[in-house]
Amino acid sequence: MNVVTISAPGPSVTVQDLGRPGQMAFGLSQGGAMDRLALAEAAAVLRSPRILPALEMAGMGARFRVAQKTRFALTGAPMQATLDAQPLAWHGVHVIEPGQELRIAGASSGVYGYLTFAGGLKAPDILGSQSSHVTAGIGTVLKDGDQLSIADDPNPDEAMLGIQPNARFDGGTLRFMPGPQTDLFDKETLEALCATEFRRSVQANRQGIRLDHPNARFQSELAAGLASDFIMAGDIQLTGDGIPYVLMSECQTVGGYPRIGTVIAQDLPKLAQAPLRSELKLQLISIEEATKLAAKEETQMSALRAKATPRVRDPRDISDLLSYQLISGVTRGDELEDET
Amino acid sequence: MARAPEILPFGPNGLLIRFALQASPEANSAVRSFLDALHDVNIPGIVQKAGSLVSVYVEYVSTETTRDAVYSAVSELLATQDWLASEKPAPTRLWHIPVAFGGEMGPQLDETAELTGQSAEQAIKDLCEADVEVMTIGFSPGQPYVGLLPEHWNMPRQSEINPRVPAGALVAAVRQLVLFNEVSATGWRHIGQTAFRPFFNDRQTPILLKSGDAIKFHAVSASEMTTLLGNNPEGLGGARCEVLS
Repeated sequence: MNVVTISAPGPSVTVQDLGRPGQMAFGLSQGGAMDRLALAEAAAVLRSPRILPALEMAGMGARFRVAQKTRFALTGAPMQATLDAQPLAWHGVHVIEPGQELRIAGASSGVYGYLTFAGGLKAPDILGSQSSHVTAGIGTVLKDGDQLSIADDPNPDEAMLGIQPNARFDGGTLRFMPGPQTDLFDKETLEALCATEFRRSVQANRQGIRLDHPNARFQSELAAGLASDFIMAGDIQLTGDGIPYVLMSECQTVGGYPRIGTVIAQDLPKLAQAPLRSELKLQLISIEEATKLAAKEETQMSALRAKATPRVRDPRDISDLLSYQLISGVTRGDELEDET
Repeated sequence: MARAPEILPFGPNGLLIRFALQASPEANSAVRSFLDALHDVNIPGIVQKAGSLVSVYVEYVSTETTRDAVYSAVSELLATQDWLASEKPAPTRLWHIPVAFGGEMGPQLDETAELTGQSAEQAIKDLCEADVEVMTIGFSPGQPYVGLLPEHWNMPRQSEINPRVPAGALVAAVRQLVLFNEVSATGWRHIGQTAFRPFFNDRQTPILLKSGDAIKFHAVSASEMTTLLGNNPEGLGGARCEVLS
């Protein structure tokens, strides 16, 4: 069994997998990674048959050391990463050995970066998942000096793969389907919502992300006195002041504010990764279309595996780059002119 | 707006069967009776069922069934009876939970009693004699919504949010009581303290309460509660479960 030691973590480095489905009756939302696609990409580049529990880093990473050699994948929001001061390419696999230090600093675009070790983390399993669900009192954010077990790399000689990530690090359009309370809103409100250009608010965390607009407000006259009812990740909740707030991984399981629809699971990574103030729009799609898209997602893993290919050697990965003879035959630069 | 109950979309793989938009004893009985019936008929492909105050949620796996198939099965079951007229299912378990009411352990007891038009002593008697049940579990893990209290407890949530009530706080609003698992902010009024933790990771059964469980509160003194809070390795806080036949 291998061990990773974490130093100087950013404010929200947590263990995340796909969370705990099926616990609504107990008051526990599914939780899990904010960008589930990043976990799938990590599994693809590590050639892992299953999604592996990973370290999710919000905005800022940490420093890592390991007890044994292992491959690891860097996916999700690209962050400044170095191994013993040598820059590492994001969206791919690298190897770390005992004595080396992996440093992951700030995100250059997007929000949530993921560090996945080839064997997977072995944090305590609670209700079938290793995910921290801090809101629910499960697990915690990692602190300086924390150590986590990781399973041994099952195939250390595997090729170093990389992947071209699906674009999702600069906002865009979020598709949503009608939900149980869509009919509480009139058609004009729904149309106005879809025509509005929002920006990702500073009020955003693993529970939910607010969509800002200087003056657009969306309200329902039928909202007063509503019984608290089930909510799920993706629900677009309109709080008392009419500002949309999209519920994310660590949402509660019931809420009293009306919800105008549900952002489909495929577009939640785009919202999770939307940088502060980036532009976001909402687009209503039919239930049939949402169902079709959900079915398509089941084939996602094989598509990602096909996209994971040996990394083209990035000059930034070549540790002794300066010793290479990169330019041979330096000339004055005007010889050709002389010849013509 | 269509007539209740309505079958509504809830996410790409879910349906919500909603019996009312506002909480009522009839809607909650309908939810629980319908959930029981769903357990009995066992619709193929359903992986999750849960009941809120007014709705039943079913989640299915799209590789095993379709929205149309689940919709048909659910509407067929809905048509078998008038669920809003159903009898409340009899509880199978009764939880006895010690509570310290008023004083520092329930600073809003006096104002709450006043809103219910009675003295603090009468309010405590009301709460300890009330025939109440867990109406739903929700918001955070294991957290019970307990009710319904008599009509004179139908006071709204306060307009000011109470920024901090402790873990184990018993709070009241709209004929219901909530027992907080963790330190919370709330618009409900803080009337008592328990040492009962509805969710406790290190306990063999982390989540103890279930929808439909009957609850009986037992008033204890502040010093007794301090003792319970001080020696509480399992987070039970002196609570015990009586199995009803």
